[in-house]
Amino acid sequence: MAQQMTGAKMVIQALLDQGVDTVFGYPGGAVLPIYDEIFKEKKIRHILVRHEQGATHAAEGYARSTGKPGVVLVTSGPGATNAVTGMTDALLDSVPLVVLTGQVPTFMIGSDAFQEADTVGITRPCTKHNWLVKDTNELSDILHQAFHIATNGRPGPVLIDIPKDVQFASGDYTKKDDARLHHYAPAKVGDEAAITALVELMETAQKPVFYTGGGVINSGVEACETLRALVRETNFPITSTLMGLGSYPASGEHWIGMLGMHGTYEANLTMHDCDLMINIGARFDDRITGVIDKFSPNSEKVHIDIDPSSINKVIHVDVPILGDVGTVLEQAITIWRARGSRTNATAVKTWWDQINKWRAVKCLSYEQSDKIIKPQYALERLEALTKDHPNRFITTEVGQHQMWAAQYLGFEDPKRWMTSGGLGTMGYGLPASVGVQVAHPDGLVINVAGEASWLMNMQEMGTCTQYNLPTKQFILNNERLGMVRQWQELLHGERYSQSWSEALPDFVKLAEAFGGKGIQVSDPADLDEAIMEMITYDGPVIFDCLVEKHENCLPMIPSGKAHNQMILSSSSTKDAIDADGAVMV
Amino acid sequence: MNALHLKKGSSRKSAYNLRSTLGDAIETHTLAILVDNEVGVLARVIGLFSGRGYNIESLTVAETNHTEGLSRITVVTTGTPSIIEQIKSQLGRLVPVHDVHDLTVEGPSVERELAMIKVVGKGDNRVEALRTSEVFRANVVDSTLESFVFELTGTPEKIDAFVELMRPLGLIDVARTGVAAISRGG
Ligand SMILES: Cc1cc2nc3c(=O)[nH]c(=O)nc-3n(C[C@H](O)[C@H](O)[C@H](O)COP(=O)(O)OP(=O)(O)OC[C@H]3O[C@@H](n4cnc5c(N)ncnc54)[C@H](O)[C@@H]3O)c2cc1C
Ligand SMILES: Cc1ncc(C[n+]2csc(CCOP(=O)(O)OP(=O)(O)O)c2C)c(N)n1
Repeated sequence: MAQQMTGAKMVIQALLDQGVDTVFGYPGGAVLPIYDEIFKEKKIRHILVRHEQGATHAAEGYARSTGKPGVVLVTSGPGATNAVTGMTDALLDSVPLVVLTGQVPTFMIGSDAFQEADTVGITRPCTKHNWLVKDTNELSDILHQAFHIATNGRPGPVLIDIPKDVQFASGDYTKKDDARLHHYAPAKVGDEAAITALVELMETAQKPVFYTGGGVINSGVEACETLRALVRETNFPITSTLMGLGSYPASGEHWIGMLGMHGTYEANLTMHDCDLMINIGARFDDRITGVIDKFSPNSEKVHIDIDPSSINKVIHVDVPILGDVGTVLEQAITIWRARGSRTNATAVKTWWDQINKWRAVKCLSYEQSDKIIKPQYALERLEALTKDHPNRFITTEVGQHQMWAAQYLGFEDPKRWMTSGGLGTMGYGLPASVGVQVAHPDGLVINVAGEASWLMNMQEMGTCTQYNLPTKQFILNNERLGMVRQWQELLHGERYSQSWSEALPDFVKLAEAFGGKGIQVSDPADLDEAIMEMITYDGPVIFDCLVEKHENCLPMIPSGKAHNQMILSSSSTKDAIDADGAVMV
Repeated sequence: MNALHLKKGSSRKSAYNLRSTLGDAIETHTLAILVDNEVGVLARVIGLFSGRGYNIESLTVAETNHTEGLSRITVVTTGTPSIIEQIKSQLGRLVPVHDVHDLTVEGPSVERELAMIKVVGKGDNRVEALRTSEVFRANVVDSTLESFVFELTGTPEKIDAFVELMRPLGLIDVARTGVAAISRGG
């Protein structure tokens, strides 16, 4: 006999059955019955954010740093629409989220009721799936399905819209194991023939490269382990996208740095000149490929991905392998070892000689200054002073600082790096750092920010103080919308239209107003001490690091150019992008 | 999940050859999509086409399996072969979608559409319209002294041809269902 309970109680029961301990949310009229249950049950930790967008990014930070789905609870109408950006962000970056929204009672839907919005209509294209629940008897079944869909296959956000009368009414509770999990079961195991084709290519390739992405991290820690073994045993070079940083350690000898628009010279030339490209859980994003018809023209391409729509979407590949990264790599390494662990070792050695010549260019070197803090230097020092912390997590906002963080910070393990890659959402980093710190109370959680992005969701500082979340807001303050300014310099004749951060707040006073600590530094000589002060302070800190204002983020593949046409030093940036390139973003 | 039907490619020359809009001829494909008959499923499918800039030439939908609550959506779409592959993969990853069949490539299939055509006229035109309708095996489902409503089932091309012939004879309205399609044989 099924247990009877109210819809509101079902929500809590289903969350508990799914192993959820934390919810990020914001109350309102249409979710009051659920908030009442949270109050009564006291089994779920509710983090009250300051804006629903903050809730979604916090849940993303929580999910990315734990591998568990993030859960969001918001009210109808404006609560739901405020959550749209975060869901879109999670969709593009494959982050599992379960978003619960309140809705006006079923009998008022369609009447333009107070705080009514067509939430499932608005969020259909920005969720993996969504539901409007009209019957309490179906609610718990749908809740369990939601977790299944968010976390299986290619992860993503799902939304359940729950009208208020459905929350009040009683119905049958479906247990987790009794839920109808649909036909939704994406295959994890890869096709043997295709994997054997990959192994054959690995045995003969002269200039191979592993090009890894966020899919390795999505697949889990074991996938990262298998990847590491494969790299070690084959001696092939490995690069990664922005989303895959940490799946292979930055200190590993086979690591050639991030690839793409702001990737390293060696990674991009390796991709351009390789004869075998093994794409593992990456999606040939346009930040990687640049101009498509100049992308790695002489390679055979293999692509491992769990989502059939990622395969052949942008780049046509020779060997598509549909499946889960961890499972497919395990299959591949087993077959490869069984056939004698062969590679074309001499050719690969010559390939490494070439790659080491590219490495010797030292593309990340920059002009140092003893008067003003260079943003790159600030990050180098941050890295030096925090990399040995056993529990360091980095989130970022969006812009130049984000790219510099990717270039100058090293990630040894997965789930330590949270950034908005696909949507590029300014305002992501601070709330994401909240979610990470909630999940890892003892972690050293640093949000590398630009001042403009940081202001977009700065209200979440209040969340940090309320819950004693000692996040470190490391702002590289150039008083510019730096990335926009850089593009205007390269593309629009240095006409800096609206790319200034004017009337900035005093960040030190702002920190104090929120109940945290503010630190400002402008002299390179004071930097180390200031960073140490930030780390050792027991509480949230806003670190206002005044940096060089017109520094460009390099290296860069200008839009419209091929991988082997990178700009390396500032001297060559003038007219780097031609008219064809200028139409691209 | 639908299987991938991928041909081995030509990336040695240019990785992007297959996506070039000039390089590849536009093809017309008929897709049969089996979906859970749930609220919003049609909006999901249509939203996918409009959101990603794919074409819909024709679309029909109806419940076909009442016990399992399944509907069948038939879409006629156009695009280069790689776009058609993308459309199928994108449809395949919608959660309520059970199966996507590309009837155009999965062997021979039959396509039919039903149309109702209203023709108003007198004298020779009226006689000619009726005579033509017999040639096309259309049924008269309504008639007054001055008008006919013909019902015609056939391929879209057959219906197009009939409509063109009716135009000079007093055609005033056409209602078409869009294509329903099914594979031949067992
Ligand atoms: C200002 C700015 C600049 C940027 N510059 C760069 C740059 O220079 N370099 C760069 O790399 N990025 C850059 N990005 C990020 C870029 O926009 C993309 O977000 C990123 O490149 C995509 O990473 P990915 O290919 O690893 O794919 P993800 O978005 O991480 O997608 C993961 C892929 O893996 C698949 N997958 C998921 N789970 C599994 C599984 N279990 N098994 C198998 N497959 C799975 C998914 O289907 C998907 O295809 C920049 C972003 C911004 C905002
Ligand atoms: C919500 C949002 N609006 C606009 C943009 C476009 N944009 C990308 S980077 C950038 C400037 C970011 O400035 P800042 O945060 O100060 O970082 P910086 O580039 O200076 O390091 C802008 C406006 C965006 N990515 N997201």
